[in-house]
Amino acid sequence: MKNRWQILVVDDEEVMCESLAAWLREDGYAVDTAASGHEAIEKTRQVDYAIYFVDLKMPGGMDGIETMMQIRRLRPEASIIIITAYATVDTAITAMKEGAQEYIVKPCNPEEISLLVSRIVKVKNLQRENSILRKKLNRQYVVHDIVTKNARMRDILALCQDIASLRSTVLIQGESGTGKEMIARAIHNSGDRAQKPMVSVSCAALAETLLESELFGYEKGAFTGADQQKRGKFELADGGTIFLDEIGDISPKLQVDLLRVLQERSFYRVGGSQEVRVDVRAIAATHVNLQQAVADGKFRDDLFYRLNVIEIRIPPLRERREDVPLLARHFLERLTHELGKDIQDISEGALRLLMDYNWPGNVRELENSVERAIVTCKNHILTEECFAFLAMNGMPGKIWAPPPGMSLQDMEKVLITATLQRTNDNIKESAGILGIDRSTLYEKIKRYEIPR
Amino acid sequence: MKYLYVAAAPDVSAEDHRMVSDCLAGEFGLPVRRMSIPAVEFSYDAARGQYRSTAILESLLRLWPRDAEKLLAVTERDLFVPVLTFVFGQAQLGGRAAVVSLARLRQEFYGLPPSREVLVARAAKEALHEAGHLFGLVHCEDRSCAMSLSTNVRQIDSKQPALCAPCRARLAGIASQELRVRE
Repeated sequence: MKNRWQILVVDDEEVMCESLAAWLREDGYAVDTAASGHEAIEKTRQVDYAIYFVDLKMPGGMDGIETMMQIRRLRPEASIIIITAYATVDTAITAMKEGAQEYIVKPCNPEEISLLVSRIVKVKNLQRENSILRKKLNRQYVVHDIVTKNARMRDILALCQDIASLRSTVLIQGESGTGKEMIARAIHNSGDRAQKPMVSVSCAALAETLLESELFGYEKGAFTGADQQKRGKFELADGGTIFLDEIGDISPKLQVDLLRVLQERSFYRVGGSQEVRVDVRAIAATHVNLQQAVADGKFRDDLFYRLNVIEIRIPPLRERREDVPLLARHFLERLTHELGKDIQDISEGALRLLMDYNWPGNVRELENSVERAIVTCKNHILTEECFAFLAMNGMPGKIWAPPPGMSLQDMEKVLITATLQRTNDNIKESAGILGIDRSTLYEKIKRYEIPR
Repeated sequence: MKYLYVAAAPDVSAEDHRMVSDCLAGEFGLPVRRMSIPAVEFSYDAARGQYRSTAILESLLRLWPRDAEKLLAVTERDLFVPVLTFVFGQAQLGGRAAVVSLARLRQEFYGLPPSREVLVARAAKEALHEAGHLFGLVHCEDRSCAMSLSTNVRQIDSKQPALCAPCRARLAGIASQELRVRE
């Protein structure tokens, strides 16, 4: 296990450098040396050293502390030991404050240095083992490429399995970026239709006439430019599933046509007189509140009820924050290979930052953020600095305003509900966040009838 | 024919010189020869009151016998490398020269009555240890193996004057690899 970890000894005195390196090599480590801070930084850019021994006093405008700070920027996960012949309390405090793992005075007792290195290596081995186990554990949260340990999401995935082989229409509602198409694909892939195609149509992307010919196809000569017959998405999906994304955006005429297909399972191509029969399972999705659209007269109620046979509401990412670290690591693992980078993990600080962010763009925004962080990251670990752009996206600057007409009691109920969700119903933690004692929190939960 | 030389500084008794060479005989597949070297006073560091082992290793290369494959020197002087307070010995890992100090292996160093038996046992283990480094072996995790790291005499006393089976296998592997390289 020893020789996996590489060590760099940095000292301007060659005898010091070489004697420590030789001693560590006898212990089985792969050891390099550097005669200055600049050389150490150069070597750090090329080799992933796990442990550094850095002399405090070095000439050339870059002392041990400066060298250590630069190494830490490049390799935040590395362990750095500052060594000095001129120990003072001040330098020791500075070294430790700047992130040195240990501070030792040379000449060192062989026993001390041996114990120190073996202790660091033991921790590093445990960290690596922990990372491997965490990856294994995370795999159990991946179902049909959907990564979650959130109870509501697990229920949705279970429902997907249950309804997979039915022909009933499904309506998936959720904010943009929550993964509506992935849920549709999970349903399709789990059922009898998995071997047949799943055809996706974005209803918002096309004008009414284009969407009509896209969905139902057209006959030769149906309109200018229709020089041959074309099959529509419904025909292409025959035997399989059609996924109608952004269904809330279709025109009233198409709503009627769609209702007919869903009821009759047959339609006419544009410009055609021959009825086409298909066996298609429809899964529709929308980010708008379709029930409200019905109430506002913008969406036909009969189509809504036809679509809403099985309803799935995907929670936004901010309501399943426990999935943020899982998803972030999942995206890191996939994207680091795709982007040709060697980034192994995300720091605890960065994960805290991601957990605190509101994710208005949901999982898609998280994926894009991880990708952006990987692209700009110069280390082997994603840190808070790699996600600094999230703060600029308006996280602290955005001023929240309560909805008009909200009473103080309403506000309190919303806040308590959100805090309980965030802490997975942990009363002690929620009370701490809200700044009240537990008995008060229990009393308010009871008074506001907050479900748990 | 190549030899593993065991060299003694003038401060080492003929009895101790023979004792160290006897314990290495037959261990590394090379016949052992004894030789004498000049005093190591040139390596003395007045500030530390100790002798710099790296300087001794360099001097050994200048005294190199033609038929030597490896050379292990023995001295009574207390050795150090600049970054450490002391060393029991030092070797060029996979190289040619090594040195072992008897100073800290003696009970007298710790204010205890002398014991020939203890010295012989410790010297055998440390000579084997440094010679092992010369032949490319690194420290062994098995605390009873002569190649395990010792930073105090308690640790030397608790190990055996022999290489463990995995170290022997590693040694055989290194030897056959070197043979292939030479061929």
